[in-house]
Amino acid sequence: MLDDVVFWVLAAVAVAAGIAVFRVDSMARATYALAVSFVAVGLALLLFDLPYLGVVVVLMMVMEMAIMAIYMIMFMGMNPALMPMSMVHGKRAALAVSSLTFGLLAAGALFVPWPSRRAAPAGDLVTSLGQAVMGSKMLVMMTVSAVLFATIVAALVLALPRGRYDRLGEDLQGDDLPGDDQEHRR
Amino acid sequence: MTLQTVLLVAAALFAVGLYGAISQQVVVMVMMGLELMLNAVILAAGAFWWFLSPTPDGQVLLLVVITAMTVEMAMGFAVATLLHRSRQSDMTDMATDLSR
Repeated sequence: MLDDVVFWVLAAVAVAAGIAVFRVDSMARATYALAVSFVAVGLALLLFDLPYLGVVVVLMMVMEMAIMAIYMIMFMGMNPALMPMSMVHGKRAALAVSSLTFGLLAAGALFVPWPSRRAAPAGDLVTSLGQAVMGSKMLVMMTVSAVLFATIVAALVLALPRGRYDRLGEDLQGDDLPGDDQEHRR
Repeated sequence: MTLQTVLLVAAALFAVGLYGAISQQVVVMVMMGLELMLNAVILAAGAFWWFLSPTPDGQVLLLVVITAMTVEMAMGFAVATLLHRSRQSDMTDMATDLSR
């Protein structure tokens, strides 16, 4: 019973904060609203006996929203909390598509005959996750590691202002290469 | 709290995120919409895991979804930085040529 009440409170907070992301009049408030929505979902995961993943979601999203707020200040050059904004396009079409999507997903959730639970949860769920990650699912985690490393490299390549041939600074930017100057020939 | 009710909440979150991803013009706001959609996927996956098959495999799948969210955020910020540097803009309407 208590779980039900907590879940419905968290669900209401998550959805209301999600709606607030696109309703509030500044990007900073939108960021905070998104963080609240994620924290509510992270706490809801705790109700499903997923303590590790719930805590990971909460910690990751709080950090991510902090980074997002910094980005907004960087790009907009002013305090985003003081700058009202409404930059949308195709509002009616977006509303129609999202309403239709919600209808389809809700119909699926309500009318699909979901099977009953197949197995009881393991005793220590965090330990079982750790054993799966380091055992039978190690290939999945190794692939994830490679993807994350590739993401780091790709994000740095995109975000850094220097290109491939700028690695030695201004020496390679002009017509004269370092090997052509007199000192180098000697 | 049943699987159906949790999935309904996840559907609402997904629809709100989809609305934001389609309607917003600022790249960072579009990313917020995508994040909300992934938030819904995490909630739905957690519910599927708990109500249908609470085995470690489902937790690993959730970890992969969280990783996808991390990758989306990192690449989104990198593209936003590149756009801002090259075009002095963070609006999607100014970058429609990227879709060609």
